[in-house]
Amino acid sequence: MWNDLLMGSPVYLSAALAIIIILVDAFSGKNKSLTFYFALVSLIAVGIMSAYTINMNGQPLPEGAFSNGMIAYGGVSAVFDILFVIAGILTLFASESYMRAQNVERKEFYSLILFAVCGMSTIAHANNMLILFVGIEIMSITFYIMAGFFRERFTSVEAALKYFLLGAFATGFLIYGMALIYGATGGLLDFEAIGAKMLTGNVDFLYLKIGFALLIVGLSFKVAAFPFHQWAPDVYQGAPTMATAFMSTAGKAAALAALILVTKAMLPMNFDPALISDKIIEMTDFTSDARWLIAIISALTMLVGNISAVVQKNVKRMLAYSSVAHAGYLLMGIVSNSINGWSGIVFYSMAYMFMQIGAFVVVGIIEKNDGRMDLKDYTGLSKTNPMLAAMMGIFMFSLAGIPPFGGFPGKYMLFIAAIESGFTWLTIVAVISTIISIYFYIGLIVFMYFKDSETPMTEKFGFSKATLTLVISTIFVILLGIFPTYLIDLVKGLF
Amino acid sequence: MATLLLTLFIPLAGSLLLLFFKKDNIQAIKYTALGISLFTFLISLFLFFSFDSANPGFQFVVEMVWIQAFDAGFRVGVDGMSMLLVMLTTFITPIAILSSFGSIEKRHKEYYVMILLLQFAMTGVFVALDLFLFYIFWEIILIPMYFIIGIWGGKDKLYAAIKFFLFTVVGSLFMLVAVVYLGYYVGSEILQMESGFTSNFLIIKDLGSAIPYDVQKWLFWGFALSFLIKVPIFPLHTWLPDAHTEAPTPGSVILAGVLLKMGTYGLIRFNLEMFPQASMSFASIISVFAVIGIIYGALVAMVQTDVKRLVAYSSVSHLGFVVLGIFSMTVEGIQGAVIQMVNHGLSTGMLFLCVGVLYERRHTREISEYGGIARVMPNFTVFFAIAMLASVGLPGLNGFVGEYLTLIGAFKSPILNSYWYTIIGTTGVIFAAVYLLWMFQRVMFGTNDNPKNYNLKDMNKREWTMMVPIVIFIVWIGVYPSTFLKISENSTRLLVNKIELLKFGKSTYELPGYENPAEKQETE
Repeated sequence: MWNDLLMGSPVYLSAALAIIIILVDAFSGKNKSLTFYFALVSLIAVGIMSAYTINMNGQPLPEGAFSNGMIAYGGVSAVFDILFVIAGILTLFASESYMRAQNVERKEFYSLILFAVCGMSTIAHANNMLILFVGIEIMSITFYIMAGFFRERFTSVEAALKYFLLGAFATGFLIYGMALIYGATGGLLDFEAIGAKMLTGNVDFLYLKIGFALLIVGLSFKVAAFPFHQWAPDVYQGAPTMATAFMSTAGKAAALAALILVTKAMLPMNFDPALISDKIIEMTDFTSDARWLIAIISALTMLVGNISAVVQKNVKRMLAYSSVAHAGYLLMGIVSNSINGWSGIVFYSMAYMFMQIGAFVVVGIIEKNDGRMDLKDYTGLSKTNPMLAAMMGIFMFSLAGIPPFGGFPGKYMLFIAAIESGFTWLTIVAVISTIISIYFYIGLIVFMYFKDSETPMTEKFGFSKATLTLVISTIFVILLGIFPTYLIDLVKGLF
Repeated sequence: MATLLLTLFIPLAGSLLLLFFKKDNIQAIKYTALGISLFTFLISLFLFFSFDSANPGFQFVVEMVWIQAFDAGFRVGVDGMSMLLVMLTTFITPIAILSSFGSIEKRHKEYYVMILLLQFAMTGVFVALDLFLFYIFWEIILIPMYFIIGIWGGKDKLYAAIKFFLFTVVGSLFMLVAVVYLGYYVGSEILQMESGFTSNFLIIKDLGSAIPYDVQKWLFWGFALSFLIKVPIFPLHTWLPDAHTEAPTPGSVILAGVLLKMGTYGLIRFNLEMFPQASMSFASIISVFAVIGIIYGALVAMVQTDVKRLVAYSSVSHLGFVVLGIFSMTVEGIQGAVIQMVNHGLSTGMLFLCVGVLYERRHTREISEYGGIARVMPNFTVFFAIAMLASVGLPGLNGFVGEYLTLIGAFKSPILNSYWYTIIGTTGVIFAAVYLLWMFQRVMFGTNDNPKNYNLKDMNKREWTMMVPIVIFIVWIGVYPSTFLKISENSTRLLVNKIELLKFGKSTYELPGYENPAEKQETE
């Protein structure tokens, strides 16, 4: 039991610390930085506990589950935990100076980060539909608040309301899907039990299919996949920039973790040959339908996201649409339903986190508090602040998937996975949409490097904690591009 | 072995070193960049002299594990063909840097960082023996070249830079799919490796012919599309005139001198080597486009009013010969193609330098603005004439050797099996004479009646230093080409031998001194 508690500590610890931080905030009085440092230490603590539960030699500790098998530990869940923690820390550093620049210095933001991490880590550890649902709701509710954090501003409130209403719909689909699966399998909620029952027991495949489809719809909302992505650009644009950075990276990764867990259990690839033949037919039918459904969502998400991003004038909105498109790439890993695909997702999410948060920090710095977020506000940035422009350039190239930056190996892995599983056409769609995306990624570089501003920005950007986020992100984007092997090997060993 | 790594990495180290220089210390930045590129050239000479041209295989091979999960390694090495192109790169870069001294007037530090980065990536493309690594180098090139055109280019630089980027990316992303598919196919279906995937070119090159034709043809086009855009072949060439015209002089020199060769190199190294059957069956289609390119490029060049644009279109025409030579799949044709790659790098590179010399003095490239320049710039006239005649293909200068060999190759090619390619292609040589001589006449001769041209200064020391080394090689290759032809000869023979064995079951070419691995397999 002690071992279970130790192994499951990322979930408990983040939950406990998230609650404690509210108290810290309430009692810290005038001491402004106490909450910040407490949040930082808490995140680091959760990170350390997560790191403990994955064996760094690449060998997973004996994966297991507790709370009657409802919460899993170790393995890839822990890698996701680390991802969430890093995203949290990066956001934490970046948000302090951002909030000050925006004249909104309320420390609840730090506790919200912890609550979100708690929700996400619950998702990543879920081994049961209910836990999954609880995790998703903890995360979502936090995000609704984060989106509306600038409560005096119309855009922020609008973002929160839109997010909340559509998010509530998504929750409806999700829970309905779970209910149907529960009914179709004769009362099962544990992922592995559902998978096992589908192979051996008496399952109503019609309801299972509908349930699975609804589940996918619900999760598609959370990853902002087409056609359930409509909320994303508005919400991402209206929310505080640092909240957007956090939601569009860690939040997306968490939703993908849920997708991995669900599809891994429910779409088994190797059937027992001893099964009766009509069972095999039903199962093959089900898995191939499910994969095609996700493949079509993935293809359309990539295309729609990138095509919509091309016409955006507002950088934040452009990044929001590009984030929709990236969800499409990531779904390729789910379609392939293989170790390569899953590890591709983890790797890509990790790289995506660094480049996206980095890009949003730059947006946040340029934004100041007069809301400069148009492409033309970046004109001549390479002259006024060469370092900032260079980093933004690296993030853009990386987002476009150009080597030697982190975005490339991730894409490469996902391509391998899709081709291996016979979805070559999906790879070609991905390539076509990448070509479209290059137009707007390098478009920003054009503004920063090739155009001279009529009203150049004169102010210098001083050193702040946000710079730390930027530097860390840049370093990791480059490192993951040149030496991806450590992370890839680690992740691959966990499935 | 170490020399190869040094040749590859010194420019990278140099570009990182330049980052630490103060922005205003322009002189130091310039001369450090020049020094680094000259040092690289020196190192590459060691490489060249320790290269064993009798050995047709790869030499100085370095293999290191890089990303185990998909068997991507840091694998580099050179054979005869890549040896020549590596030398071309290390030779052209210092000259391009020297020419930058006159034509780059802003943001010096960033510029020289970019140029050295470009050199690193270009060398990398020619030495990579791993598909993943090759692709990385291939893509890295885009970044510095994009900035060089976009920041230091002419008035339509934005349009040209974006067009260059998009065209290249379209090709290379399809190549990426092909790389992934090929790696999966060889890894899983043929070798059934544990990782299920490989990007080791040393393995794939010998297994390519084992891939069924139906798969091969898709993979062939995946790679070929990317290479043909880079070459560029008609009708995929439209990015080239824009990029050339807008790029600063050194950018054009490098673009013409080395970058376009990556396409033709790729065709030989990857398409011919890995997909011989598909190459044979598509040889005539591609050759038709090559021949159209020869004629079309020449005709369009003829009507240009901008000298640089004219030279750019002449590249389209000249590279048609290279592609024709490659797809003749004969030793003569491919040898001609390889030497013509070097030739084109030298003579067109020098033409661009000459245009740059004029542009630096007058800031215009319109032919009508000039006339009678020969009187005020006699020395320059000589160099310009040499470059022009080399490009025309005057016997005794380098261009002749290459074009002659490619045409011979196409003529006797059993795979193209038609004289028409040669007959039509040869008219391209005549057209080249027409447009280049006509341009030369209008710019250099006649009366000098434009007052702005009365007092143009003749070449300065720096310009002499850039031109003389090129002239030496232009004459050397023209008079005694076998110094260079013999470097790549055995590698070419090995390749053609492999293709002919596949097609006819026997080969007309033998490999002196080295056992033929293909025949050895048969006897076993």
